[in-house]
Amino acid sequence: MSMKISTRQVDGVTILDLSGRITLGEGSVQLRNAVRELLGKGSKDILLNLADVNYIDSSGIGELVSAFTATRNQGGELKLLKLTKKVHDLLQITKLYTVFDVKDDEAQAVAAFSRK
Amino acid sequence: MVSRFSYTLDSSLDSVNKVEQAAEQLAQKSGLDEDQTFQLTMAVREAAVNAVLHGNAYDPEKKITASFENDGSSLIIRIGDQGNGLDPTTLPDPLAPENLLNGSGRGIFLIRSFMDEVHFKLLHPGTELTLIKHLGPTQKSA
Repeated sequence: MSMKISTRQVDGVTILDLSGRITLGEGSVQLRNAVRELLGKGSKDILLNLADVNYIDSSGIGELVSAFTATRNQGGELKLLKLTKKVHDLLQITKLYTVFDVKDDEAQAVAAFSRK
Repeated sequence: MVSRFSYTLDSSLDSVNKVEQAAEQLAQKSGLDEDQTFQLTMAVREAAVNAVLHGNAYDPEKKITASFENDGSSLIIRIGDQGNGLDPTTLPDPLAPENLLNGSGRGIFLIRSFMDEVHFKLLHPGTELTLIKHLGPTQKSA
């Protein structure tokens, strides 16, 4: 039921591979803490790989938005990679699809960071 | 086939998960397809989160109620809390440009997006949300 996060670096971009559910109480808090920790360490180019996120609720959507604004406020960029259909549809319904920079290809996503 | 069941639960995330699972079972038993099941389950989960988090504020003295009904033509789910009461007319529009980057406030919007009907009732104390999904011709005989 809970979410797992693993972190890796590709060409200066920190990629968070998320899997499971991003929901109130579990995944949302983990995501918040992971992004805060990265920003605290000065890692400001963040790519969230959502390929294995099979469920997200309104709390999880809110956490994606908060991660996006927190990163931007620190002069960084946060992009999304490989949305499942359900997450894609939710971002469309909530008009957030145009807010986020969403990519399907990891190499293209990494290259799209402006500092690259 | 007409069926109905209900729960009275603590104000906890475990209760949210139980309500979510019950909604998924009702949807599947009623013949909803995968997308419809996802939408109904998510709407019910959001309503339960509202009841536990915003209504009862995790107060251990307060309960939430959840009832699930298939009346043969619709699925009717009622989620109640014992909080201060929710006035839906005061909720900000999460799609408004000034609210788009808010970190919260999308739950009721998603419920309305995924259900055919949503009704609010003040309970004094508390709020009851009624979520209704109309069944299609094949689902009515499921």
